[in-house]
Amino acid sequence: MPIDIDIAHVARLARLALDESELETYRKQLGDILEHAARVQSVATDDVEPTAHPLSLVNGFRPDEVRPSLDRDEVLSQAPEARDGYFVVPPALEVE
Amino acid sequence: MSGWEPVIGIEVHVELKTESKMFCGCAVAFGDEPNTNVCPVCLGLPGALPVTNERAIEWITRIGLALGCEISPRSVFHRKNYFYADLPKNYQISQYDIPVCHDGFLEVEVDGTRTLVGIERAHMEEDTGKSLHVGDGGRIHGAEATLLDFNRSGVPLVEIVSRPDIRSAAQARAYAQELRAVVAELDVSDARMEEGSIRFDANVSVRPEGSEEFGTKVEVKNMNSFRSLERAVDYEITRQIRALEEGGTVIQETRHWDEEAGVTHSMRVKEGSSDYRYFTEPDLLPLVLDEEWVERARQSLPELPAQRRTRYAALGLDEQAVTVLAAAAPDVRELFDDAVAAGAPASQVANWVTGEITALARRRDTSVAELGLSGGTLAELIALVEDGEVSASAAKDVLVGVVDGEGSPREVAEGRDLILLSDAGELEGAVESVLAANPDAADRYRGGEKKAIGFLVGQVMRETGGKADPRLVNQLLRERLES
Amino acid sequence: MSLPDITIAEASALLAEGDLTAVELTQAVLERAAMTEAVLHSYLTIDREGALQAAQESDLRRERGSSRGPLDGIPVALKDNMCTRGVETTAASQILAGWIPPYDAHVVERLRQVGAVLVGKTNLDEFAMGSSTENSAYGPSRNPWNPDRVPGGSSGGSAVAVAAGSALGAFGSDTGGSIRQPASLCGVVGVKPTYGSVSRYGLIAFASSLDQIGPLARSVEDAAILLEAIWGHDPRDATSYPGERPGLSPALDGDVSGMKIGVVKEFSGEGFEKAVQSAMEASLSALAAAGAEIVEVSIPTVEVALSAYYLIAPAEASANLARFDGVRYGNRVAGATTEELMARTRAEGFGPEPIRRILLGTYALSAGYYDAFYGKAQQVRAKLISEFSAAYEQCDVLVSPTSPTVAFPLGARVDDPLSMYLADVCTLPCNLTGDPAMSVPVALDTDGLPVGFQVMAPALKEETMFRVAAAVERAVGFEIRPPLEVEP
Repeated sequence: MPIDIDIAHVARLARLALDESELETYRKQLGDILEHAARVQSVATDDVEPTAHPLSLVNGFRPDEVRPSLDRDEVLSQAPEARDGYFVVPPALEVE
Repeated sequence: MSGWEPVIGIEVHVELKTESKMFCGCAVAFGDEPNTNVCPVCLGLPGALPVTNERAIEWITRIGLALGCEISPRSVFHRKNYFYADLPKNYQISQYDIPVCHDGFLEVEVDGTRTLVGIERAHMEEDTGKSLHVGDGGRIHGAEATLLDFNRSGVPLVEIVSRPDIRSAAQARAYAQELRAVVAELDVSDARMEEGSIRFDANVSVRPEGSEEFGTKVEVKNMNSFRSLERAVDYEITRQIRALEEGGTVIQETRHWDEEAGVTHSMRVKEGSSDYRYFTEPDLLPLVLDEEWVERARQSLPELPAQRRTRYAALGLDEQAVTVLAAAAPDVRELFDDAVAAGAPASQVANWVTGEITALARRRDTSVAELGLSGGTLAELIALVEDGEVSASAAKDVLVGVVDGEGSPREVAEGRDLILLSDAGELEGAVESVLAANPDAADRYRGGEKKAIGFLVGQVMRETGGKADPRLVNQLLRERLES
Repeated sequence: MSLPDITIAEASALLAEGDLTAVELTQAVLERAAMTEAVLHSYLTIDREGALQAAQESDLRRERGSSRGPLDGIPVALKDNMCTRGVETTAASQILAGWIPPYDAHVVERLRQVGAVLVGKTNLDEFAMGSSTENSAYGPSRNPWNPDRVPGGSSGGSAVAVAAGSALGAFGSDTGGSIRQPASLCGVVGVKPTYGSVSRYGLIAFASSLDQIGPLARSVEDAAILLEAIWGHDPRDATSYPGERPGLSPALDGDVSGMKIGVVKEFSGEGFEKAVQSAMEASLSALAAAGAEIVEVSIPTVEVALSAYYLIAPAEASANLARFDGVRYGNRVAGATTEELMARTRAEGFGPEPIRRILLGTYALSAGYYDAFYGKAQQVRAKLISEFSAAYEQCDVLVSPTSPTVAFPLGARVDDPLSMYLADVCTLPCNLTGDPAMSVPVALDTDGLPVGFQVMAPALKEETMFRVAAAVERAVGFEIRPPLEVEP
């Protein structure tokens, strides 16, 4: 089954700034892998519920209790850019 | 503009006021120094894992039940994938195909007409951080940098999605107000629009009247009051109808409400940004809420606004009184309930608690609860008036005396000498002398001019220094004049 | 045998008797690392000072009679995808170069509590994605049995450190075989416990529903000691198993008489090297001689398990790796807008394998393809679980080779991702089912490269699994020390 991949769209969704030749390389590799992966479609699973989890545990709640937060200076010391207690990024929104 | 029918659905985000966040132990607090309530989990540090706050699940169950929803016996968390600087993991833990609550309703009333608005679902998710845009060019436009604060990141958020059952801006507002009242009653959120702890977005479309198909819907955001919600929806309806009537089209997009200009602006549509690639959150287990859990939540529900209005109406209150009382503060309503339980007539009690008692609290810059009145005391005061022992105007003074600690209503009335003369014997003399002093009036009454009795009653009241029960005086005069 | 090559059990006894100090042992390990690292490159960070200080503290505790058990003073290594407060943690990625975590992983906390000496952070395939450790942004590790060969992966550095004596034991993470396969290729024991046995808190996630932390060691007994130190409930990991776990020491007598051992017939034939097949047969004979009954079982869905795995793991990874965006930590490549900053940071910060898997996972989850790929893969997973359950109704454990091949030459598979993925064909089914599995070294091939034997057991039945592993170890009598002809 030949698999059609809009690799530029996928890269945009995944926030990866790849150039044309990189995109082409990945498109081919993904095609090969997906062709192999598409074998899952040959398995009869009509009577099978999908499983996302290997354990049959449920809920796993924690009580509503406050625990200590991290030290802000330690956290911000790892930030690429910080100012006045905030993380800093370039403008995110361009509203006309 | 006639010939068009607006179709509106509302999405509401409610921040829960739990002690700790949805998936970590950081404090839920409004207005703290930036990035002080953060930890590996809500900052999305490598290796951090979410663990569900049990109370948040209890509270969404209560919200769901209050909105008449079914509670899913088994639901799951999903990851909603999109990149945004204030979303630390670049996915939001939310729910997708199986929310905790589904298929409920809320009744709203506009101008005496009641409408059931369907609730499609209420699901549990986490809030994002906050972006602060700074720079010379204003708040958003041309901002030079964005500052990020993750204190809000991970605060429990319940999203409530209505069905597109709303047909006017006024109804949209009424829905929002009623929903806020329900959430406030459940005491699970600060529910303050101005602080963003309850947020309303509207999905608006229009279609030709009689059409069964939906028009293209536009999502309108950024309304920070009920009034601006109504205005924004109204504006959007008009804008869409105008566009269609002029032969144009409506495009599916998100628009920002500009409160000052009174218009909606298009947000730039991001290509492909709507493919959220939902999949089951593998770090969390399925939520399994059994019947016992749901029953416990049901038992914990307070009386809800709609139930309360029904109950008030059944007590014989008129529509006006029901509306005023239902919207009154909890301590006012509690005093009402207690006084009615102590045997006072509901309509009198309603008048007292929403009228004179609320006014007194306001004059003294305090709450009704702080006045320290019990339902029994209020019932006693009302009975004094009903029984003619204290006049309506004197009763206000008695109230003040009671609140000031002078004793029970009767003790205050006696202490302040406000008890009306109700002994017919004591009044006879006054009646006699007034009739003797005013033969003209007595004659006019006997001659058929019945309203002349008013003058005579006034004279007896004056004679007794205002302490006579006017009804008794009236009766005695009539007996004398008609015998 | 020289000092850093002894087992943890041996070292623990020497320490207890006062014949050895933790400082001496740690120094020996550091010296061995100094000698071998230039070639083998098992570590990304060696915390020499921290290790020696921890060793000193351990010796002081022992003097005072307050030793904390069998791991007190034992030098161990951690795969560099587990957060260590104050010690750089990179997951072998450029995007995290220089990142100093503000917190310790659960495993690290536990190890500090029991007095273990943390030597350093071991090399891995970037974000644990790979089967050769060649995908590390900081250069590959090499196999101590033959430095021209890969050590396997992704926990290659941990396997090499244990095999070469640069640590007495180590911890890795296993998502599709990342502990067992390098253990097999380096001739050491590697254990992937039942999913949920060991808290993942502080483990940099690759595929959350598959990732599990486990030990690498020189003996089955050492593996048991290491595992017992780290497993048990942790309230910070919702998927952590809340029940009590039994001690593993009773299993170490290796008494398998009367046990039923199932050989998975799909794990043989084409693609399985001769040396691997004959080592398998020899191990089975040894188990039969020890009184076990050997039966053949079929699990047909394992044939497509690899396909399901390469949809599920990348899908989860695509979301798990979304947080590396240059905003709050790690490296940043500037951009005019946040969107551009993120896209550039990610394209430059991730190596080709994470990018490939992020793209693959993003595609498999995207609108229009979800049902055909990700949704279907989850159904295959469910079917696999039911087939394994059925097999465990017939036998106590299942066995297979750990890897179809011995260690392959460096560079042999880097340009063919699919052939690299096939290295995990025997190991990844147990990640999909969540069941425990471990690899025990059983033989050397004619080139002197180790072969591993995999023992799989039902969920939470580690004791049964260790019993069979101990029996194999005892029967085969594998001499596990590599020649170490690695002087630079």
